[in-house]
Amino acid sequence: MTSPHKTNVVHKPVKHDSAAKHVAGTARYIDDLPEPEGLLHVALYLSDRAHAKIRKIDLSAALAVPGVVAAITVDDVPGDADIAPVVRGEPMLADGVVEFHGQPVAAIAAVDLPTARRAARLVQVTYEDLPAILSIADAIEKQSFLLPPLGLKRGDAANAIARAPHRLQGELNIGGQDHFYLEGQASLAEPREDGDVILRCSTQHPSEVQKLVARVLGTSLNSVTVECRRMGGGFGGKETQAAQFACIAAVIAARTGRPAKLRLDRDEDMIATGKRHDFLSRYDVGFDDQGRILGYELTLAGRGGWAADLTGAVVDRAVFHADSSYWLPDVTITGLCCKTNTVSNTAFRGFGGPQGMATTEYVIDEIARYLSCDPLEIRLANLYGRDSNNVTPYFQTITDNILPALFDELLASSDYRRRRQEIDSFNAQSPHLKKGLALTPVKFGISFTTTFLNQAGALVLVYEDGSVQLNHGGTEMGQGVYIKVAQVVAETFGISLDHIRITATRTDKVPNTSATAASAGADLNGKAAEAAALQIRERLAVVAGAMLNADAGQVVFADDRVRAGGKSVPFADVAHKAWMERVSLAASGFYATPDIHFDRGSGRGRPFYYFAYGVAATEVLVDSFTGEYRFTRADLLHDCGSSLNPAIDMGQVEGGYLQGLGWLTMEELWWDDKGRLRTHAPSTYKIPTARDLPEDFRVHLVAGRANPANTVFRSKAVGEPPLMLGISAWLALKDAVAAAAGTQRVQLDAPATPERVLLAIAAAKQQAATISTDMAAAK
Amino acid sequence: MSEPVRFVSRGQVVTVAPDVPHTMTVLEYLRTRLRRTGSKEGCAEGDCGACTVVIAEAGADGRLQHRAVNACILFVHQLDGKALFTVADLAEGDKLHAVQQAMVEAHGSQCGFCTPGFVMSLFAYYKSHDRAEDSSLKDALAGNLCRCTGYRPILEAGQKMFDGGRNDRFAPQEAALLAQLAGLTRGRMLRHSTPDGDFLSPRTADELADTLASLPDGESWILAGGTDVGLWVTKQHRMPRSIVSLGRVAELQRIADHGESIEIGAGVTYTDAFAVIESLHPDFARMLRRLGSVQIRNSGTIGGNIANGSPIGDSMPALIALGATLKLQSKAGTRDMPLEAFFLAYRRTALQPGEFVRSVTVRKPGPDSRFAVYKLSKRFDQDISAVLAAFHVVLEGDTVQSARLAFGGMAGTPARAAKTEAALTGKRFVPAEIEPAAAALAADFTPMSDMRASAAYRLLAAQNLLRKFCLEVSTGEKISVEAAE
Repeated sequence: MTSPHKTNVVHKPVKHDSAAKHVAGTARYIDDLPEPEGLLHVALYLSDRAHAKIRKIDLSAALAVPGVVAAITVDDVPGDADIAPVVRGEPMLADGVVEFHGQPVAAIAAVDLPTARRAARLVQVTYEDLPAILSIADAIEKQSFLLPPLGLKRGDAANAIARAPHRLQGELNIGGQDHFYLEGQASLAEPREDGDVILRCSTQHPSEVQKLVARVLGTSLNSVTVECRRMGGGFGGKETQAAQFACIAAVIAARTGRPAKLRLDRDEDMIATGKRHDFLSRYDVGFDDQGRILGYELTLAGRGGWAADLTGAVVDRAVFHADSSYWLPDVTITGLCCKTNTVSNTAFRGFGGPQGMATTEYVIDEIARYLSCDPLEIRLANLYGRDSNNVTPYFQTITDNILPALFDELLASSDYRRRRQEIDSFNAQSPHLKKGLALTPVKFGISFTTTFLNQAGALVLVYEDGSVQLNHGGTEMGQGVYIKVAQVVAETFGISLDHIRITATRTDKVPNTSATAASAGADLNGKAAEAAALQIRERLAVVAGAMLNADAGQVVFADDRVRAGGKSVPFADVAHKAWMERVSLAASGFYATPDIHFDRGSGRGRPFYYFAYGVAATEVLVDSFTGEYRFTRADLLHDCGSSLNPAIDMGQVEGGYLQGLGWLTMEELWWDDKGRLRTHAPSTYKIPTARDLPEDFRVHLVAGRANPANTVFRSKAVGEPPLMLGISAWLALKDAVAAAAGTQRVQLDAPATPERVLLAIAAAKQQAATISTDMAAAK
Repeated sequence: MSEPVRFVSRGQVVTVAPDVPHTMTVLEYLRTRLRRTGSKEGCAEGDCGACTVVIAEAGADGRLQHRAVNACILFVHQLDGKALFTVADLAEGDKLHAVQQAMVEAHGSQCGFCTPGFVMSLFAYYKSHDRAEDSSLKDALAGNLCRCTGYRPILEAGQKMFDGGRNDRFAPQEAALLAQLAGLTRGRMLRHSTPDGDFLSPRTADELADTLASLPDGESWILAGGTDVGLWVTKQHRMPRSIVSLGRVAELQRIADHGESIEIGAGVTYTDAFAVIESLHPDFARMLRRLGSVQIRNSGTIGGNIANGSPIGDSMPALIALGATLKLQSKAGTRDMPLEAFFLAYRRTALQPGEFVRSVTVRKPGPDSRFAVYKLSKRFDQDISAVLAAFHVVLEGDTVQSARLAFGGMAGTPARAAKTEAALTGKRFVPAEIEPAAAALAADFTPMSDMRASAAYRLLAAQNLLRKFCLEVSTGEKISVEAAE
């Protein structure tokens, strides 16, 4: 299926709307905005205990510093201090107890930032220590959970496993990940008349910031306005996490009557804000001689940290994606939301999906090693079918599966089978350097699994000179949703992008929006903006029809002109004429994703409108002396439907892959035994650099496959899915470890740092030696 | 008597306002004083590169030299007598610079926050190369983190930016800028007072010794490149009474070849020392390319790396293995000591009050020397080592005459492995006989577990590195994931 009609703006590789401003340094972020008169700068005091009662907070020394204007604790919140997005229990500042090391306890406002930061260090808190739970295993042991588990069940997995010819059991640790958006959390609050407040905030969710600011101020939503022009990166880290700092700034602004800015520095940001959930997975799998899975029992335990935040939905998505791309006939999957005394984990690109998928890809790899065959063959043996074996563990039938074709295409383009043989012979003759290769699929469900969130609004304004202002609920964090939606509107009006002014996301233009998350920004807001533009276009068609002596139905909008019956007039003239004729040139558009539902109780439904697919093959070279490695080649093939903008989508695919590779290889979060995060800056937390891109990097978007679902111009969501292409890098390392150890099964937790690689080789060698000793003894 | 600090920006001499604190960074100055907010703060510790700016001054050859540095850990007063280029200075009205245009064409920005830093690193590369070459381009970008793009389009921009040649609008103005900078040269030591403290920049080693002797102990900081000291301000919010900068002390900027040995002034940046270190041994140079980033090596000095006493300075083990000695100076005179004797304990050195590191002298390895440096870290580029090993054995045939094995990351200071050295000496240096020495390493070191590595990994990796070195010496072939590429 191809796109239904020829387009002029949509499907073109248009540049990011802010590209020229980015490179010139003129694109403004929160801290770059001109500072309003009387601005106060806010700094935080963070707890230095993992779990403790607060006996006393002494702000006197901080308040005595010249230049300090205000200091607040939770007691100074005028309204409801609970800023939890879903389940209550997340105070804006610690309330009587601190629940993780680094929890904000007090905020200091001063006339300049250095003064505020120095004063914040003078806050004195007296604690009474409480026992702390610091690991997932400890939380499971102590039954410390934030929420009840989600279970999916089909058939009788335990029985199927017991009766299967082969059975493997194991455990896998998958680490978390810091978002490391380059711009830290930042908010600027300005008081207005009538007790109103306007916030400029680096957030993926202006409506939620609005709601929570109103809550802490004890006011209604109509007195709070939140604006976000752009973020310096988000990745999920500014979905719920921006609100706390916006609320603190707003409370200080309300209390002092002065504007207040709170911008975290890098260390505070990494210590005090949530991250990707780390998971402990326990699996029990039964399979036949061909590696076909017959029964599968899986427990996915995610570390929620001290508070629920979005953990329920994150663990849900991990459970929904634990099928990866495979038919699981008898299956039980359980998701646990573990409560620990660490920072509350949150949304991060993939939202639990990557952890669920990575677990099952790992299990598939283990099955293959047990059967001494290429994991590729086990993947193909278990892949969802097109017409049978195509129902997920949550009973959604997959109707758009293109994976078999994508496997064929990538196997050919990456020359996988020949390279597999070459690598095997390289490894046979190279004693110390070992190569690994892995090919893994992605199938990612598109839609918020909380069904009501799948809605969006847009506001399109046509001025009488033919210029257009565009506003919608999507927020721009670099992913290009602004330009994509602008392309949709330009295409609908038949005008060039130059005539469209993209405006900052604001809660007073489009209300009650959902977060820009779940990859759904362009899908939802593109449809909403298209709906708004279509309303205006219909009105303009009537006006143009009269101007051109034609039926409104015959009017065509293209090339900045409006045509009918061989004649045409400029779009601007039609707009002007409409104004003269008292025809409205403004419209709001709305969209709600159709046909989706899920019943949590029965674990059944159709939570996803469609799936996005991809396949990746990554090759690695490992030094078995040290565990060091280099990724030598990667071949990526990713499905964007009929891409709204292939250049932007290519950026999402390439960037997502490297972010996924970083998560599973070098990015390691490390807490000490006091519960202190010790990797809280780029000096200690290492995200990939340009050198870490695979030397030979071949990336393609799937061509000629429009989305069968009725999405905006038949495109597909692309924000999150490509991250999971990075799983191939981790499993390539596992392949090389097995080659280096000379054994089949190896344990390789993530992130697979050089240390884990070397120790995995050593452990596998030792295990092999023990086994051969045992066998010798048995003889 | 306070003297004004001046630098050149946009062709104009800028005088730093007298109330600018001596600890204010260039980034804070740009953003809060000049309100030029194009340069961003991403980490305030010189690791992400979002703040990257370019400093231009006359190089050793008299020509204008452009170098990328991290504005977040460079103090404003260090700009004295130099020219500063920021991202806001490149475009001419709406006409983007070739570097910027290439970034736009290649779709090199997504969220855009790191972009100004990348533009400036690319600009420095553009001004100092004739064309782009993949490996050196990746070196040039190792100090810039991007979380969005995956770097491929940025690397493409690095190639594209040379399409129109190298003659940008700044090229015709270079002579004028050099003349302008020459006009800012000081005839005597800079003494600059701010309400918060003083910034002092002596011009000779004797002036430096006198200055340090005149200051109350413990209230002043000696500032070399600032790649460590800058963090005392941005992370610890400390404020000393005075800062004494080594940047203009002539003797400290010198490199002297004494035939058998090379003497490197303590104020020589890693960038300027690169060629001479490469002449000592290519392996040492290979490791240096991974020490910090271009921005860090453009600011950071060997002397600073030594004097701060860090257990993880990467060049220390290499210098110790090569038998380096230090020359220390104070008002009382100079003294020499072996480098390894300088490190007393974690972050404690032999420096006395008023004393500074003047130079380090390294003996050139002889024809019977076998030398190698290995750096292990989670990330290949710009990461602090989990283990840094430098091995130097002198062989007669395959028998070890002497051995100097030095490690970083294995103890509280850079340290030699005395028992292992003893186990090697007099023995054949062949893989079949390396195990007693590898075992001895466990007696030399009890490494710690921390966020960079566990004790188990450190010890196993150190032993494996010794095995690998022995194998490489025996076969004459490097075993590396790099070399095999």
